[in-house]
Amino acid sequence: MKIQKSRLLCRLFNWVEGEQKYIPSEAGEYATTVRPDETDRWRERAEGEEQGTLKRLKDWGGETAVKNYGPVYRVIAVLVCVTVTTLLLLTVSYLPRYGEASNPANNEVPKRYIESGIEETGAVNFVAGMILDYRAFDTLGESNVLFIAVCSVLILLRKDRTDGKVNIKEMDRPIRELIDDNILKCSAAILVPVGLIFGIYVILNGHLSAGGGFSGGAIIGAALILYVSAFGEEKASRFFTYGTYKWVSFAALMTYAGLKTYSFFTGANHLESGIPLGTPGAILSSGLILPLNICVGCVVACTMYAFYSLFRKGGI
Amino acid sequence: MAFVQNFPFFAIMLYLAGGVICAVLRPKAAKWYCLAVNGAVMLLLLATFFFVAGKGESYVYLMGHFPAPWGNEIRIGTLEALTGAAFAGVMLFSLLGGMEHIFEDCEPEKVNLYFTVICLLMSSLMALVFTNDLFTAYVFVEINTIASCALVMLKYNTGRPLIATARYLTMSLLGSSMFLIGIILLYSVSGHLLMEDIGEAVQTMFADGRYEFPLTVIIGLFSISMAIKSALFPFHAWLPDAHGSATATSSAVLSGLVLKGYIFLLIKIFYRVIGMNVIAAEHITNILFVFGALAMVAGSIRALQERDLKRMLAFSSVAQIGYIFLGIGMDNEAGMVAACIQILAHAFTKPMLFCAAGGFMSVSGGSKKMEDITGAGYRDPLGGAAFTVGALSMIGIPLFAGFVTKLHLTTAAVSLGGFKSVAGIAVIVVSTLLNALYYIPVIGNLYARPKDGRWEGVKARYHWEYAAAMVVFILLNLFYGICSGGFVQAIESGLGMFG
Repeated sequence: MKIQKSRLLCRLFNWVEGEQKYIPSEAGEYATTVRPDETDRWRERAEGEEQGTLKRLKDWGGETAVKNYGPVYRVIAVLVCVTVTTLLLLTVSYLPRYGEASNPANNEVPKRYIESGIEETGAVNFVAGMILDYRAFDTLGESNVLFIAVCSVLILLRKDRTDGKVNIKEMDRPIRELIDDNILKCSAAILVPVGLIFGIYVILNGHLSAGGGFSGGAIIGAALILYVSAFGEEKASRFFTYGTYKWVSFAALMTYAGLKTYSFFTGANHLESGIPLGTPGAILSSGLILPLNICVGCVVACTMYAFYSLFRKGGI
Repeated sequence: MAFVQNFPFFAIMLYLAGGVICAVLRPKAAKWYCLAVNGAVMLLLLATFFFVAGKGESYVYLMGHFPAPWGNEIRIGTLEALTGAAFAGVMLFSLLGGMEHIFEDCEPEKVNLYFTVICLLMSSLMALVFTNDLFTAYVFVEINTIASCALVMLKYNTGRPLIATARYLTMSLLGSSMFLIGIILLYSVSGHLLMEDIGEAVQTMFADGRYEFPLTVIIGLFSISMAIKSALFPFHAWLPDAHGSATATSSAVLSGLVLKGYIFLLIKIFYRVIGMNVIAAEHITNILFVFGALAMVAGSIRALQERDLKRMLAFSSVAQIGYIFLGIGMDNEAGMVAACIQILAHAFTKPMLFCAAGGFMSVSGGSKKMEDITGAGYRDPLGGAAFTVGALSMIGIPLFAGFVTKLHLTTAAVSLGGFKSVAGIAVIVVSTLLNALYYIPVIGNLYARPKDGRWEGVKARYHWEYAAAMVVFILLNLFYGICSGGFVQAIESGLGMFG
């Protein structure tokens, strides 16, 4: 499986750069990673696809279309961009001025968010109240956007496992590692714990101060990425593997969906939800916002880390 | 509130949760789970449809404890419930019809992700159909964009599907960003995100003549973005590759459902957000009419030249999308009804054709070239029957689904009067002839004798899934074609409670 991909990529790059470089042979180092019974079927299909692709790529780029009409395309592209930009800028000049009290956006909607937000959601942070209580459905969709983005990258980049286990050393190899860089290691040793704790703080205080699941999760994700760049895959895999990613995002998204299903269901049927709002300002307050923030934070942290490791080595 | 009114909400949540659950299941389990969710949602939404049809008016469902301008809400009428149920049903049978290919075409470890993507795609389609809030629509458009690209590239990520995905992603993101800019501009002039509230604000603006220029730009942005995403004629370049190179179910779903989801959203925007009077005054309908007509002819001509079965079907989708926009462009009630009829008719027909094409491919050595599928109708009789029914429906032979569209579209065109009427009828006639010109040779090819005893002894081994899907699609097509009265009535009443 892998061999076909890399051969194709090599050829593609060779073609783009117009020179011949090494293309791994079919019986080469990766041949063992393909299961024998699937090899033939795979090869047939992939070879066919590959030939077709190369031919089409050539048709596109080299010989006909771009060569003959290239300048025309460029001129049209520039013209379209300039026209659209002008049109949009012109539109913006017609819009109401930013920040004026008479703007249409200053209506009853933000008024209620600001005036009775604390009372109705229990969150001192209006933004948290807005995205996780008033308009929680949008945020549920948004966290699923992250989830499906990771799924797509997984589909595209995740390499097949050899026999159920990911060979970590193999994955580290192609990229220039900085594992023995002492400066990086020392700074990471200081920064990673601080980053993790700060991320957790931002998530847990999402309903009290600026922050919340999205920003806190991004901080945790950044700390994890720093860790793995400084200390390498082998150490990181002690606590974060594909299984961790899978189950943490599963648990977080299911908790979010479950809690919100309950809350939407009771809301729509005009039932009391029975979730205490607590005292605004206390850490345990604002109903579902705190657990939801934690869920969103987990999803965001996993997403960031997963993106990084998928792009780096094709696996989590 | 009756319990049945919760069902559309359950449908969205079942799909959202289903996507997450499928990601941790093993492929076989994920398959059954995904099929079960689709079946359940279809039944739930059918129940909702009968409830709303009995009640005779649409209702609003709060997503949370706060009423609409503050919280989110969804709105359900007969048209929404019918479209939702149809989408879930078509998805169920497209999955069944292409199930073998899914397990063949995807990498073994990633098959469960296919079902994840399907579930999330359906959740977004359901949300687009039901939502009453423009920003919620945008969030789910994003899910839809990523999911539909993932569906294309899930087939062995080598070669053609990857290029197709790259083009599709570029075009689709262009459409999403234009849609987002449109929402931002509209929010700054109207101050609302809820569809009815924006609608009111737009009507006052239109009456006052304030913000005339931004309004035109906004309508243009919405129309162009949805036209890109639903592959209306000049923006269709991404479609043939994406639909032609994906696995059978993906092609079926992408052209049967995904394109329709965006068109449904556009119709909703026209009715509820902007208002048809403003749309007509801005002459947007005329533009859509012209491009719909061009799509009907140009898509068919390109399909005529195609020697690759699936790409031919993809170009035929371009032409069929043209019918929908022609109906919208007529700017009268009858035209809109015809457009909605075509949404369903095409959703019932095209997935059948793509699944049958998948069946032909597996009895023709995996090739989708016309010369290789010669005689496939004998090797795969059920697929051959389904393809024949689908092709006849696309041409517009009476008794089949496509005829209902053509009948209503022509009637609507006649009622227009003037030049538009003549042009509409002429383009329908030309397009029908072209459809016949490229579908009938394919049927002939399917039942021709292959040269020099090729494929001798090859016979389809039917799995119950494929057989069931083909039989249900054929019956559904005939049912829609023969008993169209009920559907038309439901659509008419649905459009009545839409605005």
